Amino acid sequence: MLRERILNFVFAFGLLAVPLIAYVSDAPFVITLATKVAILALAGVGLNIALGLGGLISLGHAAFFGIGGYAMGILASHAQSYTLLTTWPFEIAGTKSMLIIWVVALASSGLAALIIGALSLRTSGAYFIMITLAFGQMLFFFAISWPAYGGEDGLPIYLRNGFPGLNTLDPIQFFTITYVILGLALFLSSRLSKSRFGLALQATRQNPERVEAVGMRPFNIRLTAFLISGMITGLAGALFADLNRFVSPSMFSWQTSGEIMVFVILGGVGRLYGPVAGAALFILLEHWLGGINDYWQFLLGLILLGVVLFARGGLIGTLVGREVAHD
Amino acid sequence: MTLIIEQLLNGLQLGVMLFLMAAGLTLVFGVMGLINLAHGSLYMVGAFACAAVATATGSFWLGVIASLAAAAAAGAIVELVVIRRLYSRDHLDQVLATFALILVFSEGTRWLFGSFPLFLDVPAAFSGPVTLPGGIEYSRYRLAIIAAGLLIAVGLYALITKTRLGIRIRAGESDREMIAALGVDISKLYTIVFALGAALAGFAGALVGAIQSVQVGMGEPVLILAFVVVVIGGIGSVKGAFVGALLVGMTDTLGRFLLPVFFGTFMDPSSATSVGSALASMSIYILMALVLVAKPSGLYGDAI
Repeated sequence: MLRERILNFVFAFGLLAVPLIAYVSDAPFVITLATKVAILALAGVGLNIALGLGGLISLGHAAFFGIGGYAMGILASHAQSYTLLTTWPFEIAGTKSMLIIWVVALASSGLAALIIGALSLRTSGAYFIMITLAFGQMLFFFAISWPAYGGEDGLPIYLRNGFPGLNTLDPIQFFTITYVILGLALFLSSRLSKSRFGLALQATRQNPERVEAVGMRPFNIRLTAFLISGMITGLAGALFADLNRFVSPSMFSWQTSGEIMVFVILGGVGRLYGPVAGAALFILLEHWLGGINDYWQFLLGLILLGVVLFARGGLIGTLVGREVAHD
Repeated sequence: MTLIIEQLLNGLQLGVMLFLMAAGLTLVFGVMGLINLAHGSLYMVGAFACAAVATATGSFWLGVIASLAAAAAAGAIVELVVIRRLYSRDHLDQVLATFALILVFSEGTRWLFGSFPLFLDVPAAFSGPVTLPGGIEYSRYRLAIIAAGLLIAVGLYALITKTRLGIRIRAGESDREMIAALGVDISKLYTIVFALGAALAGFAGALVGAIQSVQVGMGEPVLILAFVVVVIGGIGSVKGAFVGALLVGMTDTLGRFLLPVFFGTFMDPSSATSVGSALASMSIYILMALVLVAKPSGLYGDAI
């Protein structure tokens, strides 16, 4: 436990130190990479609540990631073209304010998580995996065939959205925003896992019959976890869209779902800092393997296979040296 | 009317192809309890093997044989090297390992064949249209695909209900330990079932390869459709896979055709097309959601 805490501190500090050093040595590209790590880690933190604590293997979290992204894209595109979003029943204008966009991203991905969760949590096991994957794919095809917001081509946003008092186009300032949000999400996640709700959630993973026997409804607990999980991933989607200043249906693709899951597993399922470690490792591998070989995903696949078959518990599990409970 | 019959046949053709994919998935899940995301990669392997051999030899039929052999061999190798270690693991490890296999297969294929799609010609004997009773013209090749798929469905049914291998497969579904205790070589059975499912997927890939382009990543959209089929039909049920595949094939094809027409009756043409096609792309998932609300374990699945 102590070793894991030290390790967590190293990851948290490392993710802050790298862009700071890059800032001093004037390497904005490295800052952008670190921002990407922070945002993808945030998406992973979201999934980790459903996956690590609740044992809900969702292969459709790209749905929420994409909804968050499109929440940003749609609002910002209307602000950028000075058109109204709706005229009826009341007029809604677009916005370039990050704060409003975040609220909308949280609300819309939460609504989607509620609907998708309510349907897919009627089942469990392999059904749940396939169904979440299918719902993710449904939104992917919807985004492709809906021409109003770019369709297949995606939607470019020319200026990054604003945050009061900060210049978000400055890489280090935008990084700070994402880093603080990631920290808040990690804090929430750690409090959640120790709270009464978190304990009940972990109990439904380990023994749902018993949870039911003591008078709680596993379905409601799981749905709440799925909702929180989807909202955090949705927020990450909005930030990711802001980082790229571009939204496209690929945010909804099943590969995105798979990658978010890979972050969680590479780092260590159910570990608080697992997604941070996993996302950092993923981006490092992408950067490093991509440099030595065009087909870097081939090597990534082999590495991933090795991790699943031989290094269970992911990076943190291996470093801490204790098998994580895997039920 | 002609158009509707043509679309019905297209739906049937899609359904039959989905069945070939879903049958392997559902068998592997039913017998081994394994969820295999890499099934779409085996479909791709079949298509590439067919395209490569057909281009080299000029014979589509040699290509089809190559696709069966390549997909079955790839399936057997993957089972022996990787999948075998996953049976005792939970679904999460299976999902992740087979996701990794997708990366390996896709990038490996891109490495070997490049990023450009390959093209596979319809064999001369099946090119051109055929006139159906009632004067409807329909593609001879698509009709042949429907026939081949239905034949395989019948063959699979016979294999599972009438042969010794089928008895073992069904026994494996209901009680793995018991048939191992009775002296059946269970690991060999697993390899055979996996290779069989892979061959079906590869065959589907080869047949579809001649009407679409053969490219990296062609397997995953079909894989996800096959998942929808399996969820609708019930995991582990080959009969469910057949019914589910036809339902999904019909819904998708007819939805794409009818929904824009339907919205066109009260909207202007361009928005009717966009609303209709957007809804049509979601129709099979809505079908899946409806089935789930009514029967969470699918039409023919065991209650969970």
